[in-house]
Amino acid sequence: MSPDPATTQHGISATRVLDVDPLIDDPQTRIVVCCGSGGVGKTTTAAALGLRAAERGRKVVVLTIDPARRLAQSMGIDSLDNTPRRVKGVDGDGELHAMMLDMKRTFDEIVEAHADRERAAAILSNPFYQSLSAGFAGTQEYMAMEKLGQLRARDEWDLIVVDTPPSRSALDFLDAPKRLGSFLDGRLIRLLTAPAKLGGRAGMKFLNVGMSMMTGTLGKLLGGQLLKDVQTFVAAMDTTFGGFRTRADATYKLLQAPGTAFLVVAAPERDALREAAYFVERLAAEDMPLAGLVLNRVHGSGADRLSAERALAAAENLVEPRIVDQDGGKAGLRNSPDTYGSSESPASEPAAAPAADGSPVSEPHSPGADRDVDRLTAGLLRLHAERMQLLSREQRTRDRFTALHPEVAVAEVAALPGDVHDLAGLRDIGDRLAANRPELPEARV
Amino acid sequence: MSRLQVVSGKGGTGKTTVAAALALALATEGKRTLLVEVEGRQGIAQLFETEALPYEERKIAVAPGGGEVYALAIDPELALLDYLQMFYKLGGAGRALKKLGAIDFATTIAPGLRDVLLTGKACEAVRRKDRAGRFAYDYVIMDAPPTGRITRFLNVNDEVAGLAKIGPIHNQAQAVMRVLKSKETAVHLVTLLEEMPVQETADGIAELRAAKLPVGRIVVNMVRPEVLDAADLELVRSVPRSSVARALSTAGLGGARRGGNAEKLVDPLLTQAAEYAERYALEHEQRAVLAEQGLPLHELPLLAEGMDLAGLYELATELRKQGMS
Repeated sequence: MSPDPATTQHGISATRVLDVDPLIDDPQTRIVVCCGSGGVGKTTTAAALGLRAAERGRKVVVLTIDPARRLAQSMGIDSLDNTPRRVKGVDGDGELHAMMLDMKRTFDEIVEAHADRERAAAILSNPFYQSLSAGFAGTQEYMAMEKLGQLRARDEWDLIVVDTPPSRSALDFLDAPKRLGSFLDGRLIRLLTAPAKLGGRAGMKFLNVGMSMMTGTLGKLLGGQLLKDVQTFVAAMDTTFGGFRTRADATYKLLQAPGTAFLVVAAPERDALREAAYFVERLAAEDMPLAGLVLNRVHGSGADRLSAERALAAAENLVEPRIVDQDGGKAGLRNSPDTYGSSESPASEPAAAPAADGSPVSEPHSPGADRDVDRLTAGLLRLHAERMQLLSREQRTRDRFTALHPEVAVAEVAALPGDVHDLAGLRDIGDRLAANRPELPEARV
Repeated sequence: MSRLQVVSGKGGTGKTTVAAALALALATEGKRTLLVEVEGRQGIAQLFETEALPYEERKIAVAPGGGEVYALAIDPELALLDYLQMFYKLGGAGRALKKLGAIDFATTIAPGLRDVLLTGKACEAVRRKDRAGRFAYDYVIMDAPPTGRITRFLNVNDEVAGLAKIGPIHNQAQAVMRVLKSKETAVHLVTLLEEMPVQETADGIAELRAAKLPVGRIVVNMVRPEVLDAADLELVRSVPRSSVARALSTAGLGGARRGGNAEKLVDPLLTQAAEYAERYALEHEQRAVLAEQGLPLHELPLLAEGMDLAGLYELATELRKQGMS
């Protein structure tokens, strides 16, 4: 990351620039977590970063949670087998492996790894377990963290890039391990499982009274069968592996460790940046190391010195040529509040008179073809006006974020017109990410 | 028109916005609607530019013609305590349960109970009647979880009814399912004209149909205006650069000769047109995919000034015009 202000970036001169290459090249960086709200290109960013790191020589594994089908196919991981697969077609000496999280299978594997066969079978067939593992609140988040812990423990990769679950609220992802951990290890569960262990010991009477009230209420609420399923399940889990809480805490600590870097991913839209700001604050509160913000789908224009207003006025001139005739070509200048061009003022360039560079502009053309070209050119100008409006809207949203969090380094990724389908597309995104918004061919007017 | 309108969509497609606009549109002409939030993100409050919503139905907007929009952010914990109070008159015991973590247990981990409570609360609002026997709300609009989770979210009651084979939860789950699978309910999907959201929409529709949940309409959000048509794009490929430069010059943008200001605009403008053409082709493909779904299709424009309260009313008007309300 470079602390230098981005003096070359127009408009964001006060923002720190996030340089991803030093981050992914640094052998100290072992885990990169991409987080952010849904629909901002989080998974694509994770995949593109992974590919870039691999092509720069590292041995990388990308853990994706819920990739769009085409993106998964682009990395050749559309088979859901919950183990990293080597991605073919990666340039250079590094390696890229990718996997898609299978939540249920990850959970099953934990059970199988920690319980003897008989007990494992009992847990796996328990209806409560089946519901829990197939994806109720928090399980996906927990399993993503569990898998991250496993991958890290195998120590086969230099770098692990993790995509986070598409939680609508950024909070879920940080809370889930704790929540599931505290639930499965908590007082309530110990109460539920108590009868089997305590077995009528004296001195535990008080507890047992509380117990029967509890189970009575829960039994009424959930139905006795379900409560029994829960009790069996928890008892089985409890004895087979030493505390979910411990595991959750370990994963949580792993995230705080120096080799971990968080990237908050957002798009230059109000909602996405609002959640990004929230996430930045939350990470700080949890002592999680934030590397910076990746701002996807930022638009640029090679003709950004031509303002929206002036482009629209010029377009109007073209479709209503009579105004041009009557006003001697000055119509286009009436509505342009900006000073357009670096050294020359608009008034020095009346269209109908010879322009500043001396080219004659009013030449005789064939009227029919001309009208088509005029109409098209007016369309091009309107398209440009739309782009400029988008640019200024994005700028405003981004400025609001920067004002709130001037300390956060930002990497901007220029928008692609289409979706990513293959490694070349991911490579392109990686280039854009590292180049920090390459401008389109510059037009100085 | 179904009285429970569930709005889902891929993250980032603007489903909260569409849900809110629909609540406004349905409230027009003296109707009363309830806009329900289930994910605790306070998106509705932000959209209506008001303070965070409590767990309480409160009036949030007035629709054209005197209608009223109420909003409710459902908190699953409070909903459970509510529910316990209603059925068991628990009082102090409820507080004790909370202290022990039972409420936390029940709302976050107990299989699907959280979702049962959320859908249950929405269905209760659908069925609620005032003293005169009229429905308390003409329509209930739910800002639901995203497309990837919607079928599971709505169908959770089936699963719970299977898990809790007897008891009030079982009965409640079945009652909710009856509403959700009837004509009283319509599940709308919001998408953008982009590949991933459209694919997810098609997948979501297939899942909903397989679960026998009533699919309503597709709303394409943030549709960009058609600035250049197919003929323009054809011409872009063949037009001499010098002609465009001359036209720009005529429009008052400087010299058309090489190095002139107008001439220097040609390349960037044509680049932007090429990007537009790529998107244009892609959008046409995606429209075709959506058309294959055999559902009513609505399109809402991208608001040039970004989303705000005025824009919300604009979208509501648009939805009315297109007959979605």
